Amino acid sequence: MIHSLFLVNASGDIFLEKHWKSVVSRSVCDYFFEAQERATEPENVPPVIPTPHHYLISVLRHRIYFVAVIQSEVPPLFVIEFLHRVVDTFQDYFGVCTEAAIKDNVVVVYELLEEMLDNGFPLATESNILKELIKPPTILRTMVNTITGSTNVGEQLPTGQLSVVPWRRTGVKYTNNEAYFDVVEEIDAIIDKSGSTITAEIQGVIDACVKLTGMPDLTLSFMNPRLLDDVSFHPCVRFKRWEAERILSFIPPDGNFRLLSYHVSSQNLVAIPVYVKHNITFREGSSQGRFDLTLGPKQTMGKAVESVLVSSQLPRGVLNANLNPSQGTYTFDPVTKMLSWDVGKINPQKLPSLKGTMSLQAGASKPDENPSINIQFKIQQMAISGCTQAGQTL
Amino acid sequence: MKADVDVFANVTQSKDGSKNRVWEGTKAITAPCSPVTENRQFGSKMTDSKYFTTTKKGEIFELKAELNSDKKEKKKEAVKKVIASMTVGKDVSALFPDVVNCMQTDNLELKKLVYLYLMNYAKSQPDMAIMAVNTFVKDCEDPNPLIRALAVRTMGCIRVDKITEYLCEPLRKCLKDEDPYVRKTAAVCVAKLHDINAQLVEDQGFLDTLKDLISDSNPMVVANAVAALSEIAESHPNSNLLDLNPQTINKLLTALNECTEWGQIFILDCLANYTPRDDRESQSICERVTPRLSHANSAVVLSAVKVLMKFMEMLPKDLDYYGTLLKKLAPPLVTLLSAEPELQYVALRNINLIVQRRPEILKHEMKVFFVKYNDPIYVKLEKLDIMIRLASQANIAQVLAELKEYATEVDVDFVRKAVRAIGRCAIKVEQSAERCVSTLLDLIQTKVNYVVQEAIVVIKDIFRKYPNKYESVIATLCENLDSLDEPEARAAMIWIVGEYAERIDNADELLESFLEGFHDESTQVQLQLLTAIVKLFLKKPTETQELVQQVLSLATQDSDNPDLRDRGYIYWRLLSTDPVAAKEVVLAEKPLISEETDLIEPTLLEELICHIGTLASVYHKPPSAFVEGSRGVQHKRLPGSAGSGESADSPDTGSAAGVSEAPPAVIPSQGDLLGDLLNLDLTPPTTSGPPPAPSSGMQMGAMDLLGGGLDSLLGGDLGGSPAMGAGFGAPPTAMPASFPPPVSGGLDDLFDLGGSVGMPMGAYSPPKSIWLPAMKAKGLEISGTFARRAGVIQMEMTLTNKAMSIMTDFAIQFNRNSFGLAPAGPLQVLTPVGPNQSIEVALPLSTVGPVMKMEPLTNLQVAVKNNIDVFYFSSQYPISMLFVEDGKMERQVFLATWKDIPNDNEAQFQIKDCHLNSDAASSKLQGSNVFTIAKRTVEGQDMLYQSMKLTNGIWVLAELRVQAGNPNYTVSLKCRAPEVSQCVFQSYEAMLKN
Repeated sequence: MIHSLFLVNASGDIFLEKHWKSVVSRSVCDYFFEAQERATEPENVPPVIPTPHHYLISVLRHRIYFVAVIQSEVPPLFVIEFLHRVVDTFQDYFGVCTEAAIKDNVVVVYELLEEMLDNGFPLATESNILKELIKPPTILRTMVNTITGSTNVGEQLPTGQLSVVPWRRTGVKYTNNEAYFDVVEEIDAIIDKSGSTITAEIQGVIDACVKLTGMPDLTLSFMNPRLLDDVSFHPCVRFKRWEAERILSFIPPDGNFRLLSYHVSSQNLVAIPVYVKHNITFREGSSQGRFDLTLGPKQTMGKAVESVLVSSQLPRGVLNANLNPSQGTYTFDPVTKMLSWDVGKINPQKLPSLKGTMSLQAGASKPDENPSINIQFKIQQMAISGCTQAGQTL
Repeated sequence: MKADVDVFANVTQSKDGSKNRVWEGTKAITAPCSPVTENRQFGSKMTDSKYFTTTKKGEIFELKAELNSDKKEKKKEAVKKVIASMTVGKDVSALFPDVVNCMQTDNLELKKLVYLYLMNYAKSQPDMAIMAVNTFVKDCEDPNPLIRALAVRTMGCIRVDKITEYLCEPLRKCLKDEDPYVRKTAAVCVAKLHDINAQLVEDQGFLDTLKDLISDSNPMVVANAVAALSEIAESHPNSNLLDLNPQTINKLLTALNECTEWGQIFILDCLANYTPRDDRESQSICERVTPRLSHANSAVVLSAVKVLMKFMEMLPKDLDYYGTLLKKLAPPLVTLLSAEPELQYVALRNINLIVQRRPEILKHEMKVFFVKYNDPIYVKLEKLDIMIRLASQANIAQVLAELKEYATEVDVDFVRKAVRAIGRCAIKVEQSAERCVSTLLDLIQTKVNYVVQEAIVVIKDIFRKYPNKYESVIATLCENLDSLDEPEARAAMIWIVGEYAERIDNADELLESFLEGFHDESTQVQLQLLTAIVKLFLKKPTETQELVQQVLSLATQDSDNPDLRDRGYIYWRLLSTDPVAAKEVVLAEKPLISEETDLIEPTLLEELICHIGTLASVYHKPPSAFVEGSRGVQHKRLPGSAGSGESADSPDTGSAAGVSEAPPAVIPSQGDLLGDLLNLDLTPPTTSGPPPAPSSGMQMGAMDLLGGGLDSLLGGDLGGSPAMGAGFGAPPTAMPASFPPPVSGGLDDLFDLGGSVGMPMGAYSPPKSIWLPAMKAKGLEISGTFARRAGVIQMEMTLTNKAMSIMTDFAIQFNRNSFGLAPAGPLQVLTPVGPNQSIEVALPLSTVGPVMKMEPLTNLQVAVKNNIDVFYFSSQYPISMLFVEDGKMERQVFLATWKDIPNDNEAQFQIKDCHLNSDAASSKLQGSNVFTIAKRTVEGQDMLYQSMKLTNGIWVLAELRVQAGNPNYTVSLKCRAPEVSQCVFQSYEAMLKN
């Protein structure tokens, strides 16, 4: 099982270590540093690194490497999932997961890690339970603690840990009962020059924020559940009911949680609500390139496309870009070669465009890579997959 | 304010402690308060970073005072500081007694912090740790289950033997505690205890208690019991700890639905070890496991996939459920690919296995493996691999279009692999070959250097698969001849030119141009060039005679590389004895290569399928090959299919399934090859007379050719990377076909002969020589020798007293030496040695002493003490006394090892004036533990293949050539530690001449 954990920051310093069994010397991380040096980009460090006596499994989140040390045959996914859970917990507790945040709360971090893993076996990883055991630090609580001498650590046995619904605390009370569901979808699509879609698939999640008193039992049904190709549920969802009736029935955890994630495969035709016309050219021999980008809405069912953000990684040879946006603002970072254009709302009558020239390194040959363009946007109250909620009951 | 300056200093210097001291020093003089540190102070007031603070005068001292404070609050703060120091790697173990004193508290947080500290430092202070035991035992009785659990948990983490004894009673109680939270914690504790003291756990009967917990009413307890048992079972592979029967399986399946995600992983992994009795049981388990595929935790999903993949084997293929299951497996695997890149990587490595075993699961999902521009490189490479495995006639157009795009990317490794992938598609999907070739040609037109080179390498493979089909492209290839600078690409191009020499008008010119820099080329290119020119000569003998002679002489006379030399001699002999046979051999029709060569061998694949989701599956190696501490891991096998009459790959699974079932037969196994080989080289001398000798060098070479070099040449080439090496290996593979069946007995006869040679005679021992003359040692003269008698190394000495007084109290010591020789006992001189008396002593030696490399290697520095003084001398021992009795290597191992050791490590020596025949030499050497493994006789020259093993486990392989009537022997020694060769040779000489 998991032996030790090292947290390594972007500059390659180990700033926290935690051992669950015997102490493993930090020098084991040298193998990790070697791999890190070999990798051109920080994210290219291989996740599993063998060393003569141990295996190092690492994840990179928020520019911190979480390096777990294992000694025997352990499912790597188990380790990676656990590390992700650690990151999520830190984020949940401290708002952000940065080196500074971890150092500022080192004792809580240590207590958390100790609670999460016992001898390498996961113990309590549900945020609800952890919060009962170790109260998240807030300014108010720290003040109170300093005055009264009370502690962050809960005195009671976390009741949820033993119940049939370990994810929910008992005795929750709210004056305002409310529940929110956010459907977030991400489309991965490759669109060719002429604008036709080569592949498109949708990854969607439903995040919920439920603040309800007592032990609510919710059901959620969809208009077209067939669309959802592959779903993975929060453990609270009753799988049998979904199998039989395609209805989500669950007792929700308290607070924020991810109810389900789903996948809509490319076999279902996906209509992409925006289109991009682009013309990016470099001429051989000249140190100039032309850049021309136009956005437009498409099949949005009358809803406005908002918060549009276009980003593109320009070729390494590009020194600077001199562009003229018809709306919004653009920035070009000459170090990372990242061009980003904050468009805002798309007005179908007057399509936003970004035109201008790019200056290239003099004498360099024409860049042979094609820049890829990444677009983020928001459409209120519409899911691209066409997945709609039919109703919900308490 | 003062203290806060240090906050900054310490946080930034966590990497090395030395900086800290500098800060402390400067602090004593001034208290600089730069604005930066001041800001920091306000930012960190409310946070834990204040615990990183040190004070100027020894922080340990101050912490000690704080820990002993009466104020609870101050105590807690101090413990927090101690913990903070611990996390950044500072040694605060000196505070042990003070921290332990804080343990008796009602404050849960303080208790926890003290426990944290204890776990870290108990090992370094075992005696102090005992002090904590009482509190632990008391806490185990606490009414609050949280505290009971915490106590038993912490106790298990204190890895001190003395404490574990006290742990047993509380643990036993906790295992039967009424509260499930305590029980589940105690279950894990058994595993901890087992890690510290396995015997104790068995004696106390904890294992049985743990087994009972599998039937516990609480699913979490069940899960933890399973996890603990699995971990314990890992170190006892043969114990029947997890004795799975239908009842326990049922219990586990029930618990599976209700326990946490991590518990589900443990239970699923445990289920995967069960072998169901029949297909109905198998199906019912599968049905109950399938819902796990929809779990949000990817590790649960993959463990469920493992169980299903394994149990599916038992289901009859015509069952409806089988098809349903296949359909259900695809979506979760696809979804794994939208997770974080690290998860994707592990998932892809596993999908790679699944696709090889059951390609039908993902055959329609090609698109999800298309590479995204922002994937990390390790994900990209894995995706490519899977794309090729899934490529079929139906989707090849799409795949090729993608691959072509990838070939224009920036990352060099990725581009290379993409180009290579195009070649593999051509070989795998015949219908696409034409399109692939034209795609490759397009890529060559880009003139991007590494793309061109990679493309040429794969085009060579395509030629090997579809001979005489795409030769029209050769002209384009030749245009790029000059830009090739990588050996593999050059070798591939040369192969193409040689293979199609008759269709390339200026083939001789092309090859000649390569020949100019022959010596600067890598071996790969040299070998290829040699073969290509010979091919050319056989095709166009008239114009290229000069060229072939030139290359043969370059290869045989000017080259140090035995592979090259030997291959040169083979060709030379072939060409000079029988050009027709040469043509048959060299231009023989080559076996076609096929796509299977990169598939995992089926038995390994089966084992890996049983290990889906584990490290083994990520490395594609069986767990026994790399997991440390898994003593004799059981090899897992997939269960047999239920419908036993029906073959594993029924027609409906299509041709792709057939591919994975059929063992790759392209590369013959090593054993066959060697057999062929020896038949082959024994044939010519018996059928034809002595070969015509074009030069004296040739004569010498002919012997060499039939000697040791051949197997390294052939074995080496074919053992290498099968797909790429195929081009080189081609002529030798074809040989057996064109030669008559073996005339002499072949490999086995040959080796039996070697086995019976020689009766053990006494081990060689040099005569005694004077090590310490009397003049240098106040009258003590020591002469001696070394010998190996009945497996014991002895130092035999004669001590002579040439002084006037009696000598007593002898003692001996060795300096550190190369092989760790040390006296195994004291020097046994029982009686005093009077003047002019001498005494014989035999000192047994062990080889477990300290090791230090000496110069020369067998030098031994000795100190002898007596009542007069201490004397030092050095002596050299013959390395032969280090040859151990079990130094006889298996023949196959010998051949493989010989081949495996790089040629640079080979050393050749001449032994002059030795008048023994080979049998006598062999038996003489055997007396000294030099074992003759094989012998063969070629043209009156006897070759003895010998092995010996040194006490430190170094193997030395030798080839001894004895020519009847010639008193000069030749010894070739190969060893992974080449520095011993010289010593071994000296011993050979000594052993043979005595």
